[in-house]
Amino acid sequence: MLPLHPPIQQPVEGPYDRELCDNLRPPDWRNPRPREPYHLLVIGAGPAGLVAARRAAALGAKVALIERRLLGGGSLNYGSVPSKTLIRSSRLYAEMRDAANFGVTPPENIRVDFAMAMERMRRIRTRISRVDSAARLAAEGIDVFFGTARFTSGDAVDVDGASLRFKKAMVATGSRSRLPSIPGLAEAGYLTNETVFDLTALPASLLVIGGGPLGCELAQAFCRFGSRTVITHDVPLFLPKEERDAAQMVAEALARDGVEIHLNTKAVNVRVEGGKKCIETLNDGNVATISVDQILTGIGRVPAVDELDLEAAGVAYDAETGIRIDDFLRTTNRRIYAAGDVCLEHQFTDAADAAARIVVQNALFLGRKRVSALTIPWCTYTDPEIAHVGIYVKEARERGIPVMTYTVPMHDVDRAIADGEEDGFVKIHVRQGTDTILGATVVARHAGEMINGISLAMVAGIGLRTVARVIHTYPTQAEAIRKAAHACTRTRLSPFAAWLMRKWVNR
Amino acid sequence: MRGTSRSSPARAAAEPSDDALLDRLQRAAFDYFLQTVNPRNGLIADTTRDGAPSSIAVVGFALSAYPIGVEHGWIERADAVERSLAVLRFFSDSDQSGSPDSTGYRGFYFHFLDMRSGTRAWLSEVSLIDTGFLMAGVLTAAAYFGAETPAETELRRLADALYRRVDWRWAQRDGSAVMHGWKPECGFLHYGWEGYSEAILLYVLGLGSPTHPLTEQSFRAWTVTYQWENLYGYDFLYAGPLFIHQFSHAWIDFRGIRDSFMREKDCDYFENSRRATCVQREYATRNPRSFKSYGPDCWGLSAGEGPSAPPRLVAGRRQAFYGYAARGVPYGPDDGTIAGSSVLSSLVFAPEIALPALRNLVARGPTDAGDLVRSSGFNPTVGEAGPTGWISQGAFGLDQGMIVLMIENYRSGLLWRLGRSNPHLRSGLRRAGFRGGWL
Ligand SMILES: Cc1cc2nc3c(=O)[nH]c(=O)nc-3n(C[C@H](O)[C@H](O)[C@H](O)COP(=O)(O)OP(=O)(O)OC[C@H]3O[C@@H](n4cnc5c(N)ncnc54)[C@H](O)[C@@H]3O)c2cc1C
Repeated sequence: MLPLHPPIQQPVEGPYDRELCDNLRPPDWRNPRPREPYHLLVIGAGPAGLVAARRAAALGAKVALIERRLLGGGSLNYGSVPSKTLIRSSRLYAEMRDAANFGVTPPENIRVDFAMAMERMRRIRTRISRVDSAARLAAEGIDVFFGTARFTSGDAVDVDGASLRFKKAMVATGSRSRLPSIPGLAEAGYLTNETVFDLTALPASLLVIGGGPLGCELAQAFCRFGSRTVITHDVPLFLPKEERDAAQMVAEALARDGVEIHLNTKAVNVRVEGGKKCIETLNDGNVATISVDQILTGIGRVPAVDELDLEAAGVAYDAETGIRIDDFLRTTNRRIYAAGDVCLEHQFTDAADAAARIVVQNALFLGRKRVSALTIPWCTYTDPEIAHVGIYVKEARERGIPVMTYTVPMHDVDRAIADGEEDGFVKIHVRQGTDTILGATVVARHAGEMINGISLAMVAGIGLRTVARVIHTYPTQAEAIRKAAHACTRTRLSPFAAWLMRKWVNR
Repeated sequence: MRGTSRSSPARAAAEPSDDALLDRLQRAAFDYFLQTVNPRNGLIADTTRDGAPSSIAVVGFALSAYPIGVEHGWIERADAVERSLAVLRFFSDSDQSGSPDSTGYRGFYFHFLDMRSGTRAWLSEVSLIDTGFLMAGVLTAAAYFGAETPAETELRRLADALYRRVDWRWAQRDGSAVMHGWKPECGFLHYGWEGYSEAILLYVLGLGSPTHPLTEQSFRAWTVTYQWENLYGYDFLYAGPLFIHQFSHAWIDFRGIRDSFMREKDCDYFENSRRATCVQREYATRNPRSFKSYGPDCWGLSAGEGPSAPPRLVAGRRQAFYGYAARGVPYGPDDGTIAGSSVLSSLVFAPEIALPALRNLVARGPTDAGDLVRSSGFNPTVGEAGPTGWISQGAFGLDQGMIVLMIENYRSGLLWRLGRSNPHLRSGLRRAGFRGGWL
C-alpha cells in the first residue's frame, strides 16, 4: 500500500482503504498542466472546497482544486463521517444492552467486534468517497492538483513546483486538531481525530482529554464498545457553548453508560509506567493519577494557515481565529476569499458548505451575500443528541433582546415515551411578545433531525404561531416542536381576548 | 394517598389544626440549634451526625432563628443574645489570614469549620454563598436585638463590623459576576453562577455593603444568564431545584418589588417562586420516571440527602441513586427522592398546594412527628429500608433552619419585617435595580 496516503497512516489490508485511496488520492495521479489563469482556484478539498469547485465548474468557470492529502477533507476521512459511523455501532450496542426493558431478550453475552465496526466504518467512508473521486471531479471539468499549495504572490500559488495563476481564489484548508502542551504527552504517544480512526483493536482503557463535541461523542462510543473510558475536561461543564441543562444531560448520559467523568480537571503531565500511560490530573488543588492504555485528545481545532505563505498574498490571519474575512467572506486581498474551518467561528461541515456557496456567488457573480445572514444549526451526536440553531438566550439578553422560551420536556411527548427515549427537551426561544423564532436547543435521541424543522421556519421567516398550524404526524418525537408552538399560541391570548372568549362560550 | 390506609382512624381523629401542626414542626426544628451548638464558640453543627463539622450557613440560620425562639417564648431573650454574641465574638476574633487552617479570608469564611477549634474543616473552600447566609443571620440578629443594653449594643457593633469586613469586591473577578469560592491551594474555584439561583441574596448583600460593595455591573452580568421559560403552562424564571426558589426568600420579602428583569416579565420573585412550586407539582403528577408515591400531594425535588444504593431497574430503566444532591425539575437529577422540608418552605408561596402536601407527608410518616418533612430526604422507591421507604437519618441544619424561618414568615412575616428594616439590604436591593412595593 505504499506510498502511504496520510492521514490514513496505517492503511488496512483489504479492499476498502485501497478503493478509498483510488478515489480520493489515486496513486498514479498526474497533476494536469495548469491552464492560465483560473477563474477560481480552490485550496483544500474538504466540504467547502469541493462544493465551491463543483458549483463554479458547473457554472462554466475554469477551476483548479488543490488538495494536499485526501479529497473530502476532514469531514469524510477523519471527522463527521467516520465518527457518526462508529456512533451507529455504539448505539446499537446500547439498544441491545437495554433490550430487556423493551421485552426483547438480548443474547447472553453481547460482544462488540471492534475490528468489524472499524471495517464497517472504512467501507462506508469508501462508499461515500465514490461521488467525490478525483476522476469524477476531473470529468466535471475541474483541474485537480495533489500537493501543498503555497502563495507566491497576490495572484499565484505554487503546487510542488508548478505555478498556478488565478483571478479569484478561495482558501478552504480547514483545521487540524489542537495539540495539548502537556509535558510527557508527546513522548507517551496519543491519538487525535486524525489517527483514532486508524485503530484496529479496541484499547482496553482510554483517556479522552477534552469534553467538547468530539471528546463527548467518542468517549461515549468507546465506552460502549467496552473500553474503560475516562474523560477529563478543564471546566465544570461539558460542551461549554451549549445551555447548562443540555450539557448537564450529556454528563448524565455519559455517566450512565459508565464513562468516568472528571470535570474541572486539568491533565498536567504524562509518564509511561509498565506500558501504561499515567496522567497526573489537578482538580481544585487535588492531585490524582489516571492510568490508561491510550490517550485521545480533543481540545479544539486550530485553523490550517501555517503552510500557505499567506503573507506573500497579503492575506491577514491569526493563528487562533484563522483567516480574517469580511461579511462577504473576502480576505484582505480582494481577489482571495475563504470558507470553512479556516475562517469561520462555526466549524461544521454544514457551515463550510453554505459558506462555499456564498463565495462562488460573491467571487464570480458579483454577489453580495453575507455570511452573517446564514442560519447555522449544529449537533453533537452523543446519545441523546444536542442540537442548536440560532441565538442562545444569554446572547440575546446581552444584546438587550427580551426572550421567552417555550420548553417541552421529551417526557411530555407520547412518541418519546413509547420509544423509551424521554431524556431531553425542546426549547424554542422567541422574541418576547412576538412569535419570531430567535433560536432553539433540542436534546433528544434524534435532535439533529428534529432541529431541521425549526431551522426551516427560521430561514423562511415563519413564526412559531404558524408552526402551530402545521399538523405534525402523530406520534412522532418532532411533535415536541408543535407542542412548544401551541404553548406560544396560548400565551399570546391577551387578558382581554381571553375575557371575550369566555364571554362568548358562556353566552 | 389522601385518606387511604396509612392515616389510621386514630391518627385522623387526633389530627391537629394547621396552626398546631406548624407550631410543633417549627418548635422541633428550632430545637436543632439548641442541641447541636458548641456553647463555647456558638458554632452549630452541619448535621446531627457524629463528627459533623460546623457549617457557616447553618450558623446564619441559627442567628436568624434565635429571634423567632424569643418571640415564641422558646428561649429567653438574654439567652438568645448570649448565644448570638458567642458566635459573633468567635468570628470577630477568628484567624482571617486565609492560610490552609485558618477560619476565613477577607471577611469570608470557610464553608465548614471544626466545631471546637473553629478552623477550616475538610479542605473546604472559602464559600461566598455560605458566607452570604451567615451574613443574612448576622444582620437579622442586629436588626432584632435593638435594645440599648450593653450586650445588645455589643451584638450590633460586632454584627456591623463583620458585615463591613466582607470584601465582596475581591470576589468579583474581572469586575463582573461573583465567584463561587476560593481555596488557599488553588485560588478562586472555576465555577461561576450561571442561571437564576439562590445567589440573589449574595448579590443583594454584596451590593449593599457600605465598605466593599459589588459593582452594579455584577448583578447585570449574572442576571444576563437568566432563562424565562414556559413549562407545563407556567411562565417562570427557570431553575430546577426548589431550594433555589426559596433560600433568599427567608430573609428578603420579594413581594411586590421588582428588578428590571421582573419588570420586563411583569412578575416578581415571590410570584415566581409560587409558579416554580406549581411546576414541581406538575412534574410529580406526571412522574415521568414512575417513582413510588409521587403525585399532586407528594413533590419537592431539591437539595437533600437520598439513598446511595447501587443502581437498579425502576420502571424499565436503570436508575442510579445520587446520595446528597441538588435534585431538580424537570431534568433531574431525580432518583425518587423528595426533600420534605422543601414543602414547608413552599408554604409562603403556595399554601393551597403546600398544606395538602404537608398533611399527606405527615400522614405517611412512620411516626406522627413529621419525619418525612423533617428529614433531609426520603425515597419510597427504595422500599427495603422499611414500609415508608428510605429516610435520611438524623437532621440537617440547613433544612431545620429553613423550616423555622419559612414557617415563621408564613405565620408572622417576622424575618421579612426585619429584612425590610435593614438599610444594607434596602440599599443592596436598590442598587440591584429593585423598585416599587415596600421599597
Ligand atoms: C471527529 C470530528 C467529528 C466531526 N463531526 C461533525 C459533524 O458531525 N457535523 C459537522 O457538521 N461537522 C463535524 N465536524 C467538523 C467538520 O469535519 C469540519 O467543520 C469540516 O470538515 C470543515 O470543512 P472544511 O472544508 O473547511 O475543511 P476540511 O474538511 O478540514 O478540509 C480541508 C482540506 O484542505 C487540505 N489542505 C490543508 N492545507 C492545504 C494546503 N496548503 N494545500 C492543499 N490542501 C490543503 C486538507 O488536507 C483538507 O483535506 C467534525 C470534526 C471532527 C474532527
